[in-house]
Amino acid sequence: MKIPLGRRSIPALGLAMAGALALAACGSSGTDDDGGSGSSSGKLTVLIGSSGDAETDAVKQAVAAWSEDSGVDAEVTVASDLAQQLSQGFASNNPPDVFYVSTDALAGYVANGSLYAYGDDLDNAGDFYPNLVDAFTVDDTFYCAPKDFSTLGLVINKTLWEQAGLTDADVPTTWDQLDAVAGKLTNGHVVGLGFSPEYARVGAFFPQAGGAMTNDDGTEATVDTDENLEALTFVQKMMKEGVAAYSSDLGADWGGEAFGKQQAAMTIEGNWIAGAMSNDYPDVAYTVAELPAGPAGKGTLAFTNCWGIAEDSGNKEDAVSLVESLTTPEQQLAFAQAFGVMPSVETAAAQYAQASPEFEPFIAGADYAQNPPAEQGAADVISDFNAQLEGLKDGDPEAILSSVQGTLQAALDADQ
Amino acid sequence: VTRRTTIARGRTRDGWLFVAPAVAVLGLFLLLPVLMALWVSFSDWRGRGSPLSGDVGFVGLDNYRAILSDGGLAERDFGTSIRNTFYYVVLVVPLQTVLALGLAMLVHSRILRGRGFFRTAFYFPSVTSSVAITVLWLFLFSTTGSVNEVLGWLGLNGPNWFQDPRGVLHLLLGGIGVDDAPSSLAGHGFLGLTWWDWLSGPSVALVALILLASFTTSGTMMLLFIAALNGIGEEIDEAGLVDGASTWQRFRHLTLPLLRPTMFTVLTLGLIGSWQVFDQIYTGTQGGPAKTTVTPAYLSFHAAFESQQWGQGAAIAFVLFVIIVVLTLAQRALLRDNT
Repeated sequence: MKIPLGRRSIPALGLAMAGALALAACGSSGTDDDGGSGSSSGKLTVLIGSSGDAETDAVKQAVAAWSEDSGVDAEVTVASDLAQQLSQGFASNNPPDVFYVSTDALAGYVANGSLYAYGDDLDNAGDFYPNLVDAFTVDDTFYCAPKDFSTLGLVINKTLWEQAGLTDADVPTTWDQLDAVAGKLTNGHVVGLGFSPEYARVGAFFPQAGGAMTNDDGTEATVDTDENLEALTFVQKMMKEGVAAYSSDLGADWGGEAFGKQQAAMTIEGNWIAGAMSNDYPDVAYTVAELPAGPAGKGTLAFTNCWGIAEDSGNKEDAVSLVESLTTPEQQLAFAQAFGVMPSVETAAAQYAQASPEFEPFIAGADYAQNPPAEQGAADVISDFNAQLEGLKDGDPEAILSSVQGTLQAALDADQ
Repeated sequence: VTRRTTIARGRTRDGWLFVAPAVAVLGLFLLLPVLMALWVSFSDWRGRGSPLSGDVGFVGLDNYRAILSDGGLAERDFGTSIRNTFYYVVLVVPLQTVLALGLAMLVHSRILRGRGFFRTAFYFPSVTSSVAITVLWLFLFSTTGSVNEVLGWLGLNGPNWFQDPRGVLHLLLGGIGVDDAPSSLAGHGFLGLTWWDWLSGPSVALVALILLASFTTSGTMMLLFIAALNGIGEEIDEAGLVDGASTWQRFRHLTLPLLRPTMFTVLTLGLIGSWQVFDQIYTGTQGGPAKTTVTPAYLSFHAAFESQQWGQGAAIAFVLFVIIVVLTLAQRALLRDNT
């Protein structure tokens, strides 16, 4: 049986489609005006990317305490994929009111206008480490309150240290000493220093040599400088000597795993390694030191997240008040105790160092830490840098740096 | 107006009435999003509010230029993803087809006992969640995993599979003494990669994913081949037997030509599926090591959701669409010419 297709039906179908398109357009532009239907009810939604139950419970408790004081309902949701869920919220004009923002994601959200810049309105704006305020400042606007932070330190396996005949006096404070102790710690099963193959570890050597990825305003890329080359050549030298290795070459996913499995006697990590050590490798005794100084002095990298507030939130005033309560020194010390993060306000530093003296070197790093570049497009450049760093051992440090210089400069130019 | 056309017109109307719900659903959830994505690929939408709102501007081919001809990082990333997926497709499609056909012949032959069991066993990977299998694969191919253990019995030192970014072709070339790019290959290139980079072959990590894809998809393809084999009928095989044809001759000159339509289906499904590979990358490697497992589908997701470059993300998706359509048409033309 053959049924001829009516010629007239095709335009009719097209018309129906066009109608549907127009309806959809009306539907979505209609919501533009009321600025997020979910938030106008007065209830705050908080979306977090949690490291585990300890973090989730602590944030829920803190938010509940604020709700009780302020009389405003608030609900905490744990994201399974924070970037994706936030994107959906922004695109539908119905984002969560308060959420975690990483420095990587900051520039993108600022560029599309999703973030409410409230930093300067905070009562406690002056309490944060200046370095962290910088990390969340774009074009002289302080966007969001730093939630907590970490710096990199040198994590040392105590047992292997003693077995190699080393004492507390041998903790390296210069590159030469680092090279020497790594050599003493290296044997058939263990490599002296193991770390993840990425800029976020290798890059800690740049400030030690006096280098950086960009100039202070973030307008010029300064990747292919002599200082950075000296740093990268030093790392390469240690790898060629066999006293340093990437965790990936040791068969581990990250530096902490190589360290926990005792494949590496030292690693470069932040204070988050404490959680992994107590959960997965409780038997490995370790201690933390500041990263050794290079030719230009001490240097490390700082990592941080902030409490973002959506521009489309229907309840910004309450959201700011919630963030203020979440960033008080007392609350941050409670978070520090619950899930091991370091407070972002200087006033809490002394108390934190007292409560966990073994992490004092991480706190000390805050004074001289450098922020990884966070300009728009920088995250892609860094991931490209990481890809090239994987081949550092047999690669040409100069070629790697000059390639990254080109891509980073292009990203910075596009950003202006 | 004759009576006949009136009836036909009535039928047409009724027909449209019956398919209307399906058309509406497809239009709303398939056609409309595709059209919107097409618009996004020509716009400067950055992910906030509706892409159809007034403040979103038309930027022409800017997004396509960024990934195809700008000379920047976006182009290099796109070129890398095309290279990776090219090697992935070139290896996965023949592997899964041959494996599927082999399994189908095995399960189809009457010599094998317990055919039902084997059919289920071979089909099992296809119905298992690809996330679960990817996780299994990560364990199997870890440095101290079972695969390297078995290689160890053979006296081989297995690589650190999912962390090894070295290209297989580069390794082979290195084996015959070609370690560095000849200047003719290093100086020129396409899509931001030098010809030497294009020649790297799949990385060791990608090879593990290629094995994974062949393992999971061959079951489905086997099912298609079994259905086709059942449709051929034994008399043809018996006729060949009477004519004195050997097993190989009967397979090559009788079974294989009769399987041609199924072969086309299997190759097309394989081609489309492997160009679109995403979930193994998202759950398994996130594009690493050294970007050697980045695929266009993953890159599109990453550009949009992580970097807020929604226009570029959509543009990547449409270039991928064009690649798939062109290759499918080419494949169809090739298979037709052979008859």
